[in-house]
Amino acid sequence: MSTSYLNPGAPIPIPQVDGLDKPYWDGLRQEKLMVQRCNACGKHQWAPEWICHHCLSFDVGYVEIKPEAVIYSWERNWHPPHPALKDQGPYLVILVEFPEADNIRMYGNLLGDPMQDVKIGSKLTGVYEHHEDTDPPYSLIQWKLA
Amino acid sequence: MTMRGKVAVAGVGETKYYKHGQSPDPEFKLALEAVLNACKHAGINPREIDGFSSYSNDRSTSTRLAAALGLEDVGVSMMQWEGGGGGNAGAVANAAAAINAGMAKCVVVLRSLAQGQFGRFGLFPVNTVSDWRAFEAPWGLLSPAQMFAAKMMRFMHDHGVQQSTMRSVALAAYRHAQNNPRAVMYGRQLDEEKYDNSRWIAEPFHLYDCCQENDGAAAMILVPAERAKDLPNKACYVLAGGTGIDYRSSAWAGNTPDYGSSNFNHLARRLYEMSGIAPGDVDVCQGYENFTGGVVMGMVEFGFCKPDEANEFFTVENLTVGGKLPINTSGGNLAECYMHGFGLLNEGARQIMGQSCNQVENANVVAMIGGPMVAPISACIFGSEDTL
Repeated sequence: MSTSYLNPGAPIPIPQVDGLDKPYWDGLRQEKLMVQRCNACGKHQWAPEWICHHCLSFDVGYVEIKPEAVIYSWERNWHPPHPALKDQGPYLVILVEFPEADNIRMYGNLLGDPMQDVKIGSKLTGVYEHHEDTDPPYSLIQWKLA
Repeated sequence: MTMRGKVAVAGVGETKYYKHGQSPDPEFKLALEAVLNACKHAGINPREIDGFSSYSNDRSTSTRLAAALGLEDVGVSMMQWEGGGGGNAGAVANAAAAINAGMAKCVVVLRSLAQGQFGRFGLFPVNTVSDWRAFEAPWGLLSPAQMFAAKMMRFMHDHGVQQSTMRSVALAAYRHAQNNPRAVMYGRQLDEEKYDNSRWIAEPFHLYDCCQENDGAAAMILVPAERAKDLPNKACYVLAGGTGIDYRSSAWAGNTPDYGSSNFNHLARRLYEMSGIAPGDVDVCQGYENFTGGVVMGMVEFGFCKPDEANEFFTVENLTVGGKLPINTSGGNLAECYMHGFGLLNEGARQIMGQSCNQVENANVVAMIGGPMVAPISACIFGSEDTL
């Protein structure tokens, strides 16, 4: 996929200097969805942290999960707070939930008509969106209705 | 051994409130003016100040204020840790706690903002992001309105809550502002049609669901309860106050389990316990509108109505003076001034003192709900002498 959902110029994600979220961003570059799972208790956790909030083990690793989720909440944004989105028009931000990964959640965009009816609970499939012309290049995961 | 009734608001004050960027004075001068106005209202010599309490990393620092005001011996300098403007009631709670602990005898709580001098909050013109923002901004989740819109959307979904609840919060604020000459929206009416036709910022928030951005400063003087008895104003006692971080309410990337919430469930319970007040005892509510949806959720979490009763409870009639529970009686953040909720604090005290521009008859208990949906959230409860 060469085009992006939002107009070019939206803020570029830079992995944390301490390396905590680097496996996630590196994974997206390779079209893999990597999230944390505790090696001690087996529970998934997001966003990443140095300790498992379920069992307080420091032995937290990353695993690949399937890019399958449901819409937990959503909003349609009209007012552009960033200069790059000045001519964007309305766009959909959704909060997606992963029922098969202990209900962890992530924000994303819902691909397609920005004026479509959005239903909480709708099933989604992930679509990787690569930004090759930015410095540094990066990739996002976006969502379409399954 | 709680602070209940041990500390009182002796006086409140503010500068003229301006639209953002329009203050002729720099921010620090505004802060000084607000402090002196609050002292004058309290009948207290500014040299008696021995403590400062603020929030949202106020740039008018306690050290500069202490030097500028020539203070002899400042005992406490407190900044509510995180939560931005949501720490407004927390700054009062911290000040009251310090006085109750004997650390200070005259604490000024303050907030000052001159956005022409220092830039606005609602814009986000950066090119790279890390940490929590990296999980939001690349998808265009940038401004505070956008960060909170999906929380209200989920709350509405879970409980069948309608847009009209938020509209009533906005209309109540504007109606009250028409009796408040301090209000930036004094003389500017809002009706249902104007609200409904206003542009979307981030659905479900219309333009009028979003706070203004303003310049100005405001301050409040807190003293031990026994001192307040000798001062000119009817004492406004702090019955309870505190801050709160609900279970993982600060988890990044929307991973708060109770996402469709303004995060007051625990704090509301703690404040009712501390104050001995029940929701039905509250005469006036001041609810911080960063966005109206947070007021709806916060008032539900404070027990003023059940979530599935919100559509019937949140009417302009119920929320304005003469109704079941008047809110934001000075116009609030929406229509008086967005001094990060300080106008709401001062108005809460004025209601107890009997000095409001929209005075509620026999106002003995005011619930002050600080900024919702953030973490930490904060709140406090004020009461008259009759509640002690």
